[in-house]
Amino acid sequence: MTWGIMIVLILLLLFVFALLTLGEGLLKVAASQSGADASDYSVIPNSLGNMFTAAKTKPAYVPAGKNIRHLSRGFNINLEGIANSKSVIEPLRMSRYSIKPTDFIGMSPMPKLLVEIGSQVKAGQALFFDKKRPEIIYAAPISGELIEVRRGEKRMITEVTILADQSDIQYFQYENIPSLATASRDEIVKFLLSSGAWPFIRQRPFDIVANENDTPKAIFVSTFDSAPLAPDLNLAVAGKEEAWAKGLEVLAKLTASKVHVGLNSASDNSPASAYINSDKIEGVETHWFSGPHPSGNVGIQIHHIDPVLSGSSVWYTDVHGVILIGTLLLKGTFDTERVVALAGTELAPKYVRVHQCANVEGLLSNMNPDFADEKIWTKDETGKKVKKDLPVRKIRIISGDVLSGIQIERNGSLGFYDDQITTVKEGNYYEMFGWLIPATGHPSMSRTFPAALFSDISYVADTNTNGEKRAFVMSGEYESVLPMDIYPQHVFRAIMCNDIEKMEGLGILELGEEDVALCEFVCTSKQPLQKLLREGLDTLRNS
Amino acid sequence: MAFIDFWKKIEPKKENKFAHATFDALFTFFFKPNLTTSGKGVHIRDAMDLKRTMIMVVLAMQLCYVVGTVNIGYQHFLALGVNTNIFEAFHLKLVFGLVQLLPIFVVTHLVGLGIEFYFAARRGHAVEEGFLVSAALIPLIMPPGVPLWMLALSIIFAVILGKEAFGGTGMNVVNIALLSRVFIFFAYPTYISGDTPWIAGLDLDNKVADYNWGHLMFNPLFESIGWSTFQDGHPIIANFSGATPLALGYQSGWAVTDPATGEITGGILSQFSALQMWMGGIPGSIGETCKPAIILGGIILLATRVASWRVMLSFAIGVAVMGLLFNVWQATHYMNVPWYHHFGMGGLLFALVFMATDPVTAAQTNTGKLWYGFLIGVFGMMIRVMNPAYAEGWMLAILIMNVFAPLVDHFVIEGNISKRMKRAKQYAKGS
Repeated sequence: MTWGIMIVLILLLLFVFALLTLGEGLLKVAASQSGADASDYSVIPNSLGNMFTAAKTKPAYVPAGKNIRHLSRGFNINLEGIANSKSVIEPLRMSRYSIKPTDFIGMSPMPKLLVEIGSQVKAGQALFFDKKRPEIIYAAPISGELIEVRRGEKRMITEVTILADQSDIQYFQYENIPSLATASRDEIVKFLLSSGAWPFIRQRPFDIVANENDTPKAIFVSTFDSAPLAPDLNLAVAGKEEAWAKGLEVLAKLTASKVHVGLNSASDNSPASAYINSDKIEGVETHWFSGPHPSGNVGIQIHHIDPVLSGSSVWYTDVHGVILIGTLLLKGTFDTERVVALAGTELAPKYVRVHQCANVEGLLSNMNPDFADEKIWTKDETGKKVKKDLPVRKIRIISGDVLSGIQIERNGSLGFYDDQITTVKEGNYYEMFGWLIPATGHPSMSRTFPAALFSDISYVADTNTNGEKRAFVMSGEYESVLPMDIYPQHVFRAIMCNDIEKMEGLGILELGEEDVALCEFVCTSKQPLQKLLREGLDTLRNS
Repeated sequence: MAFIDFWKKIEPKKENKFAHATFDALFTFFFKPNLTTSGKGVHIRDAMDLKRTMIMVVLAMQLCYVVGTVNIGYQHFLALGVNTNIFEAFHLKLVFGLVQLLPIFVVTHLVGLGIEFYFAARRGHAVEEGFLVSAALIPLIMPPGVPLWMLALSIIFAVILGKEAFGGTGMNVVNIALLSRVFIFFAYPTYISGDTPWIAGLDLDNKVADYNWGHLMFNPLFESIGWSTFQDGHPIIANFSGATPLALGYQSGWAVTDPATGEITGGILSQFSALQMWMGGIPGSIGETCKPAIILGGIILLATRVASWRVMLSFAIGVAVMGLLFNVWQATHYMNVPWYHHFGMGGLLFALVFMATDPVTAAQTNTGKLWYGFLIGVFGMMIRVMNPAYAEGWMLAILIMNVFAPLVDHFVIEGNISKRMKRAKQYAKGS
């Protein structure tokens, strides 16, 4: 009997060896055919070290004496269609700019409009305010004519549209711009509130526009976006270094503690020197992070530096917010121009320079039609099943990234905080045995796919859910992509049970939708986690 | 495209709930549905879904099925004392194994999936995949000769009371496969414990081989080719006991040596060698005997990260700690079995790889998983070695820990909560 087993084992070994050799050969042939260096490709890892640990070296651009926080948990989704930063970024002027009150969490459905339809507005002129928080002014991103106030269900205001001036922008003139050297904190706050710059400052918990009556524990700015196809934020600060520094100075006045700037040490390229030198400003500290997405999320950085606690709040803004505030105090102009990445496989990826809330139609002129007729099984008037030509969405346009952006129509506009438009294929197709075949061409964190062995494959993503919604079954998935000391699955269970005390105890206040977006992506059970989290946060906010 | 048109044409009306649930289950088996993500939230989803997770587990246990099938036949012929080399009359062993196993497999799926479909239709949601893994596991943990009606009853009990009563896949508190086994264990103990149930096809009262029509219908076929056939009424060997290594261990420990001659006269080693126990040539439940097959399954589950290494590792540590303790203690015969040989006996490895790692019934937190696995190892060894009536413990240990897993998690969660609360209090004091 033992002889039989020995023979079987030896045969098995030989078979595995033959398989490996064959695989190695085929891989090298394929590599050389596609023009790559065949020696870079092997089915056998070239060193044990490569298999288990990623190199943790300190890049040359990190200044001496600075520590790097390595976040090992997370996942980079490699997608095709990343915008190329090498060419010159053209400034473009769209015809329409729409500011959407729905971008602000917790805003009442009908904000009070301050300008009548048909009248001219200047960039920075007050457009509307939330009746619940009348101090905070929302300003026009560009000068022009207010042409439309679009309303949704229950007369809720969804879009306020400006027909932009195509010539020079008329900037709103402020009466007294405070000087940083002499002004008190209150004066600065008052100016930011009335000038329309305040909505750029948001707070954790809840991701709402910061409460002007609070003094935050700290203020955070992340200078890199690790989300899939995200823009390179070094481009955003190029040429605006002075405004960036000024903006940080303003923020440093607003907190009793520090302004923390998060920097990326995982990239081959150095962050812009303006970012690196932020800590030369009084009250500003820099922190280096390395690791896969979501290391660039400000929520993750807050958690590791100065976490949100019950009864306290932390403020944050993005690079564009800092630059806008800086420009406002330097030049007295409300300049919302920002670098926006057009990414995704459905258009030619590039960067453009447009103002905030730009209508995207003009940017997508070269994109294929997003609808196409397709034969679909439907029921006719008599209830009989027939095949009919119906328009089917082929391309999805997203304001923001694929993980936490919002779908917009082709004539929609960029969100208030967004600096990225992503296009993905719509995934409304059937795939035979799609759940079984080992290579699907879809990104996945799972090791059940052979593609998991090769980390540098990039994918053409589509919006198919790749399976149906189920109850929570797997455990440990969410933890593996959330580099925080939080038990996400239990947070979600607490939300489902409406257990307010537990939600708060488990750290829901530290979480934002973008932080759990990756959990939602990897979720085997296809649960809508971001929606769930928002429900939980709303319950807490309203309680 | 033509195939999908066929499916769309035969789609039953939504009002016919059972037919529609059945259709939906089959349709989603053939096609990944065309569902897309909503306009808010993530726009792309991971290619992984529950179906793929479940099929990975089922794939991982396929070798256990193959070896288990052959072993049913092998054990049967060992008891008869003919064809004792495993490759001798291999066709008889394979056919015998298949005739025993296939009905078990079919009944498990028919009964279990029938209940699943019924409840899915009643609740108006899709048929969930959870039972596919349970249905693949149940035959492997049954004795080869388990009566089919008993099997059906146990599955009805497990699926309805253990799963559907709690809300379906993902909501169950205890492992469904083990619940069905424990039902037989308590309701019909003689069919699943003791020395008699582990070898199929024997008439123990008359001490002869006992085949049914399922086996005998192959005889003409084999005769026509000139191969050996099933001999109904072939006598069993004289000193046949049917005892598993566990029973022998309980009776007289690892080895009893005659002090005069140095010969082994009792204990496990008198009947089975350590290698034999590892390779699977021993009586036992269908899938639990061949350890290399189970380990291969374990490697698949670990490499694909479907199962938690934390549970497996801490389970093994728990067993080792308890085994060492017993080796030192030496209070009974059973305690002198070397701790590492416990891994080769009974259902330990199968429980470690496939049962304890069930993500739904295990602890959910990473720290909790370590404790959960460790405590299964400890309790399982205690039940296996110290229990006077039943020389195996994993089924009971895992069921106990299934019930206590939420408690283990509770402590971990409370630790996290109190840490956060303390930090908040400190901050409030400081400011």
